[in-house]
Amino acid sequence: MNGLYQGIFKRDIALAFRQRSELAQPLMFLLMVITLFPLGIGPGPMTLQKIGPGVIWIAAILSSLLAMERIFRDDFWDGSLEQYMLSGLPVSAIAGVKVLVHWLVSFLPLALFSPLLALFLNLTVDMYVALMLTLVLGTPLLSLVGAIAVGLTVGLQRGGVLLALLLIPVFIPLLIFATSAVDSAALQLPYRAQLAIIGAMLLLAMAAAPFAIAYALKVSQN
Amino acid sequence: MWKWLHPYAKPERAYQLCVTLQPYFLWPGILCLVIGSIWGLAFAPQDYQQGDSFRIIYIHVPSAILSMSTYTAMAVAALVGIVWQWRTAFMAMIAMAPIGAVVTFIALFTGAAWGKPMWGAWWVWDARLTSELILLFLYLGVIALYGAFEDKQQAGKAAGVMALVGVVNVPIIHYSVEWWNTLHQGATISKFDKPSIAPEMLWPLLIALLGLALFIAAVTVMRMKNEIIRREYHRPWVKALAAQALGDNHAV
Amino acid sequence: MQFDNLADFFAMGGYALYVWLSFGVSLLALLWIVLDSAATHKKLLKTAQSEQARQARIDAARKAKPINSESEQAGS
Repeated sequence: MNGLYQGIFKRDIALAFRQRSELAQPLMFLLMVITLFPLGIGPGPMTLQKIGPGVIWIAAILSSLLAMERIFRDDFWDGSLEQYMLSGLPVSAIAGVKVLVHWLVSFLPLALFSPLLALFLNLTVDMYVALMLTLVLGTPLLSLVGAIAVGLTVGLQRGGVLLALLLIPVFIPLLIFATSAVDSAALQLPYRAQLAIIGAMLLLAMAAAPFAIAYALKVSQN
Repeated sequence: MWKWLHPYAKPERAYQLCVTLQPYFLWPGILCLVIGSIWGLAFAPQDYQQGDSFRIIYIHVPSAILSMSTYTAMAVAALVGIVWQWRTAFMAMIAMAPIGAVVTFIALFTGAAWGKPMWGAWWVWDARLTSELILLFLYLGVIALYGAFEDKQQAGKAAGVMALVGVVNVPIIHYSVEWWNTLHQGATISKFDKPSIAPEMLWPLLIALLGLALFIAAVTVMRMKNEIIRREYHRPWVKALAAQALGDNHAV
Repeated sequence: MQFDNLADFFAMGGYALYVWLSFGVSLLALLWIVLDSAATHKKLLKTAQSEQARQARIDAARKAKPINSESEQAGS
């Protein structure tokens, strides 16, 4: 059993790294969106510091929406998803593996990128630490909840915009708590409460999302 | 124990039930809405702070309350559909979505129109208005997802999953927005929330609330009939129904 | 009645625009959803009727020319 999951894991990682450009594009998008803000709003260091956390999180959510489809799209269209579902393994566990791979290949690079973003937007070290913590706790939530919506829309020909429409309202609480944690850090205030709430949401998603994803995929396979 | 419910999982019986229920919801609903509005507009005493502008409460508060309850009802229907595999439950769910969106829109619009004289701006990022706006997005998402599928059976299930994801989020959104609001604006004017309400002001409000609830139920039933026909239009009973409703002049 | 005369009632203590706008838009929105539901109902019934009539015509045509339909079945 474990071997099979490992096989799926290795295969997906290998596939992701073979399509390097697809891996890099969302990151480039993120970088460019963040470049737009100082240009559009003005480069005052204080202004940037004030809007910085919000900008980084909004850009992260938007760029994640671009790459979200990738979780199941290729597997759906080449039929391997159907094979997984016929394999007798619990679909929720397979979905869990795929979400994990998606997080590793799209959000881990983002976390590595984040020092650069923090420099661009003039964040202090305290703010950067808080930002990293919220990214680490919050981005798995994006992957998990996003995978439900991807599971639902994967069979549609033009699911891209629809996916964004479905997911953006759902991500709003995460955006609120994450940016407020970084804001608190800027004011030297404790931000454990916000992190705890994000953590709670993450645990809830980890418990419930795999089953929702499995059901969504079954609906899509019809 | 639940056996008496099962016949209604059959579309034809469910349709008959809708036909039976519709007048009982629609006319009392309209009556209550008219009574509540006239009472509220003309006979309820003036609010000593907000003057006559407070009369918007008689639509704003019922629609705000019921926009949330309709979404919850949708999610319950979706859960029933997913767990017990009732096709009619999905139809009920998707029948509720448009009226829920309309009620949410009303809550938003009246909130804005009330905000203008009270806050001096049509739109303020007040906690309640913001969460209503997000609720509207959730409704629109469910409707859009349903519309994207050709196969309405599949569409119902997909929209049901999304409604459930949304309903888990509704309380989180509500509290996060409230918290965000207090964080960013300090003490906002939240007279809006709970005007200490006198009984002669409260009665018309309760009547309007009941009226709108019945009205939502009536529209749900109407749209549910449509959903049933949409999926069953090749069945003989629909043919008989169409012949009865439209006259048999199209028959060959 | 809280107002002395009808003009006062329509003036709503200076808030006429906001109060009547709210009630008017709400009325329109609720009316629209009911009319839309009723219109959809009618349209669906018409579709059902024409679809079934079409099906009946197809069946009748099949019955009238049994050889044709057999060859169709063999072809498919």
